[in-house]
Formats: sequence, C-alpha cells, structure tokens
Amino acid sequence: MHDADWQPRIVAFFCNWCTYTAADLAGVSRMKYAPNVRIIRLMCSGRADPQFILAAFSGGADGVLIGGCHVGDCHYAEGNLKTLRRFQLLKRVLRDLGIDERRLRLEWISAAEGDKVRTVVNEMTEEVRSLGPLGLPRRFAEWDGEMTHLEGLAQTAESQVEEAKPEAAHA
Amino acid sequence: MKDNCSNGEVRVGFYVCHCGHNIAGMIDCPAVAHYIGRLPGVAVSRDYKYMCSDPGQELIKQDIREHHLNRVVVASCSPLLHEHTFRHAVEAAGLNPFYFQMVNIREHSSWVHTDRVAATDKAMALSRAAVNRVRLHRPLETTRVPIHPDVLVVGGGISGIHAALTLANGGKKVFLVERDPSIGGHMAKFDKTFPTLDCAACILTPKMSAVRSHENITLWTYSEVVKVEGYVGNYVVTVKRKPRYVNEALCIGCQECINACIFKEAKFPDEFNVGLSKRKPVYIPFPQAVPQAVVIDPARCLHFKTGKCKQTCIEACGDRHAIDLTQKEELVQVKVGNIIVATGFRLFDAKRIPQYGYGLYPNVVTSIELERLVTSSGPTGGHVALRDGRTPQSVAFVLCVGSRDFKTNRWCSRTCCMHSMKLAQLVREHTGADVTVFYLDIRAPGKGCEEFYDKSLKDGIQFVRGRVAEVTDWAVTPEEEGKLVVRVEDTLAGLVRRIPVDMIVLAVGMEPHADAQDVRRLFNMSCGTEGWFLEKHPKMAPVATFTDGVFIAGCCQGPKDIPDSIAQAGAAAAEAMALIDRGYIEQEPNTAYIVEADCSGCKSCLALCPYTAIAFDETKGKASINAALCKGCGTCVAACPSGSIRQRLFEDDEIFSEIEGVLAHA
Repeated sequence: MHDADWQPRIVAFFCNWCTYTAADLAGVSRMKYAPNVRIIRLMCSGRADPQFILAAFSGGADGVLIGGCHVGDCHYAEGNLKTLRRFQLLKRVLRDLGIDERRLRLEWISAAEGDKVRTVVNEMTEEVRSLGPLGLPRRFAEWDGEMTHLEGLAQTAESQVEEAKPEAAHA
Repeated sequence: MKDNCSNGEVRVGFYVCHCGHNIAGMIDCPAVAHYIGRLPGVAVSRDYKYMCSDPGQELIKQDIREHHLNRVVVASCSPLLHEHTFRHAVEAAGLNPFYFQMVNIREHSSWVHTDRVAATDKAMALSRAAVNRVRLHRPLETTRVPIHPDVLVVGGGISGIHAALTLANGGKKVFLVERDPSIGGHMAKFDKTFPTLDCAACILTPKMSAVRSHENITLWTYSEVVKVEGYVGNYVVTVKRKPRYVNEALCIGCQECINACIFKEAKFPDEFNVGLSKRKPVYIPFPQAVPQAVVIDPARCLHFKTGKCKQTCIEACGDRHAIDLTQKEELVQVKVGNIIVATGFRLFDAKRIPQYGYGLYPNVVTSIELERLVTSSGPTGGHVALRDGRTPQSVAFVLCVGSRDFKTNRWCSRTCCMHSMKLAQLVREHTGADVTVFYLDIRAPGKGCEEFYDKSLKDGIQFVRGRVAEVTDWAVTPEEEGKLVVRVEDTLAGLVRRIPVDMIVLAVGMEPHADAQDVRRLFNMSCGTEGWFLEKHPKMAPVATFTDGVFIAGCCQGPKDIPDSIAQAGAAAAEAMALIDRGYIEQEPNTAYIVEADCSGCKSCLALCPYTAIAFDETKGKASINAALCKGCGTCVAACPSGSIRQRLFEDDEIFSEIEGVLAHA
C-alpha cells in the first residue's frame, strides 16, 4: 500500500514551560525514543491554533501531538483548558474530514515527566505507523489532477456546445 | 540600529554546533551545514565545535560584519539554556537580538536517538524550519518591568532564616512568614550537628534572635501565605495570620500564664519534642522560641472547648493584658518583588514500613526522637533511656528507612548516614552502649564527613551492610529474650543474621510536605516527579524557578544538609538582591497585540485572558491589549476568528513556515 521505507512524520506543539522542558529532561536523561517527532515550541499549548494542526496534516504530517501542562498546573493558569476544548472540537472536524482521530493526540506532560515524553512519542509513533501514511499532499495532488482532468473534460464539452451553438441557433 | 537589510534582502547565517561529541556523535554536523547552506537566503552555513564558546560567538559576530548577515540561526542545545547567549552575541554585532532563532538538536535529537541517519534527518528538518521562520522575524524590543524592592521569605527554618538575614543585612525589607508558632524549623530540634559535633542551638539561636531584632525583617509566625497575585516583580501576597490568642507585642514570655493554667499537669503531646513530653494548652514551643511569646492551642484549651474556664491565664498575665481570647484570624497583604520559598521537608512516617515495628514496639524510635533524647534540654535532660527507664546496653540504627526504596521513596535523603553516625557517637558517649549501624551504602560525601565515618569505625561502632528485613521481639534463643531482634542479610558476610538489641533507631528519610502541591501552585512553580520543587536548571540555575522573581532554597528543592541549605539560601538571597539592585526584570517581547483594522469586535478573546489584559473599546467596537498585563501565552491569538490578534515572536506566519520546514523532505 505504501513505500516500505515510509516513516511516520509527527509534528508536535509543546508548551515552553512543561512539555518542552520535559523533552529537554528526556534529553538530559539520555532517554531513547523514536526519531519521528518534530517539536515546535509554543509558549502555551493554548497557542496551538487549530489551523496549525490542519496545516501540519495538509503539509504531510501523519500525526500531530500537542503537549501541555497538567490541568491546574498551566503556567498561564488555564491555557491548557482552552486547548482541551479546542481539541475536542477539532477531533470532530477531523472525523468529518475523514482523518482518523488517533492521528491527533493531546497529552499533559509536566516538566518532570521526561519519561512520559518518551512513552507518548513511542506509543504515538507506533499507532500512526499502524494507521499508515495520511499522505494528504499526495491526495491533494491526485484531487488536483482529477480536477484538472474534469476541467479539461468540461472545457471540451463546452467548446463542443459552442460549436454546436450556431446550428442550434439556426434551428 | 543597523539591520543589514536596507535593501530588503534576507541573509541568514546558519551554525551547527558539535557540542564536542554530544551532538557530533549522533548527528552528521557537516552534512546538516551543507544541506542548510543550499537553502535560499542562507549566506553562510558552518559547523563548529563549540558555538557557545567565545570563539564560537566571535565567529557569528565576524560573519555578521563580513557577510552582512541579517538573520542568525544556531542549531545546538535547548533554547532554555543558551538562547540568551546567542541573542546577546547577535546584538553585540549590531543586529536586533530577535533576528535570531535557535534549534534544539541536542536535547531533542542527538541525546535521544540511536540512529545516526534519522537523527541527522531530524536535525536538518528542525534547522530548515528555523531558517524558514527566521526570515520572517521582526525586530523587537524587550520590555522592562520595575521590581518592587521588598522580599517575601516563606518558611522560617535555617534556610529561610539565612536568606532573610542576608537580604536584611543588605538593606532590603523582608517579610518572613512561618507556619509554626516559632521559627527555627528542624534544626532547632537538633542537639549537635555533624561532622563537627558543634552545638546546633549555639549556631542557630543567635540567628533566630537576629531575625527577631532586625529592623529590616517583619516576622510573621503562625502565619501562612494564602494568595499570590500580581505579576513578575510586583506580587501582592495575602498572608493568613492564625490567632495565637496572645498579643505578640505585649507578651514577654514570662510563662506565668503557663504556670497558672487550669490544667495543673501538662497532658498534651509536645510537638517540639515529637510527643516525648507533654505541654499545656498554653505553651511556649521551646525555650529559645522566636518570638518569645506563648501560644494557646484552641483544640486543647478549656475555654475554647467548653467555654467554661476560670481563665486563670488572663489573671496571671495581669496588667500586661497580653492574652486575648477574642483574637481572630487576620488577613494581611504585602507587596513584594521577589519571593524565596524555603518550606523545607517532612520526615518519613516510619509506620509506613510495618515490619520495622515502629508504634508496635516501644523501644523502636525514629532518629528525630533519639535526637530529642540526647539533647540536654530535651524531655529526659539528655538521658538516653528505654521506655521503662533503663539505659540501653545495645542500640541498632537502621538506615534508609523511607529512602532508596522503590516501595516508599526512591531518592537518597542524603543526611541520614551522617545523622545516624552522629547519633551513634552521642549514644556511645551518653550510655556506653554497643552500637550497630545497618546500612546499604555509607554516603559521607560532605566536607569532613568521610573523616567522621573513619572516626566512627575506629570508635568501635559496628557497621553491617544489608537492608534490615524485619524487627521482631520473637526470641528464639535465650540471649534474645526481652530484646528486639534485627533480622538482616549481612551482604558482606553473605549470611542471614539475627542481632538482638535493646533499642532500635530508624533513620527516617525526608519527603516533601503533604501540601507541597498546593504551595507549588500558589507560587506558580513546578515539582519534580518526587514532589520536590523544581529548579530552573539543575546546574546553571539551581535556586531559580520558571517564574521570574521566585526562588527556592533548602530542602523544599530536595534533601540536603545544613551547610548546603545555607549555601542555597545565600544564593537565593543574592539572586533576589541582584534583581532588586538592577531595578527591573527584562521580559520577553512575546506579548499579543491587535491589528485594529481586522478586529470584528466579536469579543471572543475577552473571556479567554486569565490576566484581564484584553479590554474592549465600545465606541470603536474593537478589542485592545494591555501589553503590561499580557504574559504572552497566545491563547487569545489562537482563538481570534478574524486573525486580528497576533503574538510577537510567535506570529502565525512564523509558525506556519516552521510547520512547513519540519515537514520538508531532506
């Protein structure tokens, strides 16, 4: 179905204070985990605009991971709660778009939980691997191809109609 | 400021750091530099052994000058470690410091991966994202928030006392808040301190009275911080002052009220002597208590329990009128710029390991109980005795009770080895008893500590290596009759032994307070998995926290002995002092702002801001953000339906370009 050398690509949005620091701790502790996650630092998980997540999927990500402070521990009091609400809505949108909701994951990881970064990244990488590539850029290209093809067909049909027109008018 | 971009052309300098072997060992740095060098707009791309070193930074500055760079990206360690370093270098070469982006390829790649190709790929993707992003960076200015010069110190143990005194001696006004009726903390309970065996009271009590008399220190005992509001450098702290039913200012500590109390005999367990002696409902915590003021325990006092008391205490106090049974809880507010949290630890509850028989066998005691027994001012006047009054002939110390144990606490409490050896020497001195210490490893790393261990060995203290399995009174031989038997696998001799003794001392470890999580939330700090407060960086910032102006000192950060606690308290005081004397905290310019033209006036953002930084102008029908109140989380930015709220340093286009960058195939 997909290339044998395909590797899941996961974009992660980590909050500066808890999860990004936890990922630093995982590094300092030399924990080993799957190399499939690319971390983007935000000040708060609350900054994780749903558009970022959709942009990541449409840009070729097979999964998106959001990491924030535990509920009640947000550096900005309650940004993570806003994330949680958006996350629930976004999952519905993804479902409607036909994207398996397991491709989007939200985790609360405190600055002390380097081990949890490792576990979550490893788990998610394996889950996304089992789901296979999302391949939206390829699908977009295919759809674009189809559209161009259809447009071409429509144009031909139109010009045939145009050509037929004088006669029709005549009649 | 010259920005090297008068003609609008972006010229990026990219630097990938080897970090010795730390990065280069797992990532092909020249390959990353080569790959990034081919990206559009990249004028210089280099790899170098140590970018954070002086020559590394010089390299950047030189390239900025010679190659007219106007953007810089460094791929090295975590931005939390060296972002400041490189921003500073960029600024020194005349560029705006925010024309810089850092890529974390050490903590997030080389240290956590085992596949060189995958790690290199990841480094390339992350670097590409940063280069994409930095092109869009705008020049920014940091904002300066003035700092209130007063300091709050929370916790009146040796750490809090030392921090408060250091600051007060430096001329700063300090509010010292202590939960108990007296300052002094755990150290006040100690007889002598290791490894010098000097008298704990002789070094602590002068500091305690200095706190009392210092003109720059406001001491609030029997008080707790209940609320922290405000923002960095300008906190408004609410302190709850519990009623002690005695006017501190009027009480002179003569204790006549105590003598006159309707309870002729002291009958309630004395907290200071860990229940080994009794006190009355009206009491002074301990003779050297600061403040020297009695306190009335409403849970024990007849007046509060039944309302029927002759109030002989008030009579005894007479004209001083220091006793005030109508006193109510009081809330006071102070403004401070810095906060030092020194809330300490609690001792492990030995009952949690039932096989050691604490609470079951009267002669199984904890190390702090023995400490009170050996103290000349303690409940027995320094006489180490069994519960029946006899002097023990043999005493065993069990180490690592509630430490280095996956069933309870896995950390080493650091002080119990030395504390037990100290007590062992004192017990020998006081009673001449045979002493055996059961240990896992002796940890005596402090100055003079190994020598103390040597001395203990030479003094005839027996050391048996092995975790004690059980303490029992079930005698199987005549020698064991009437004794407590320690069952242990002696891992040096390689056999299971039964050792009968008269008294067993459990060296209980330290653990975070039960309410450490509440304290942490109060001050917006983080905790490690074990529950100790988390420092900003384990090496580079050991007393700072993630919140500017909030510092930690002493055992609330992790177990430590008295010298380490004092060193940390001094460090926290110095850091606070540095901030105060500078007068301001520099804040990241990552605040949100509104593009008014795009604002539709929907008000979605208003309810999202926990800092009420967003206001709504009804006449214009537009929202506006107060930059001074905004803390830069970006939650409103993500929520704005018209995209009119933007965040400096985390602009939408910057993040979109980063997403594109990380997803690009190398």
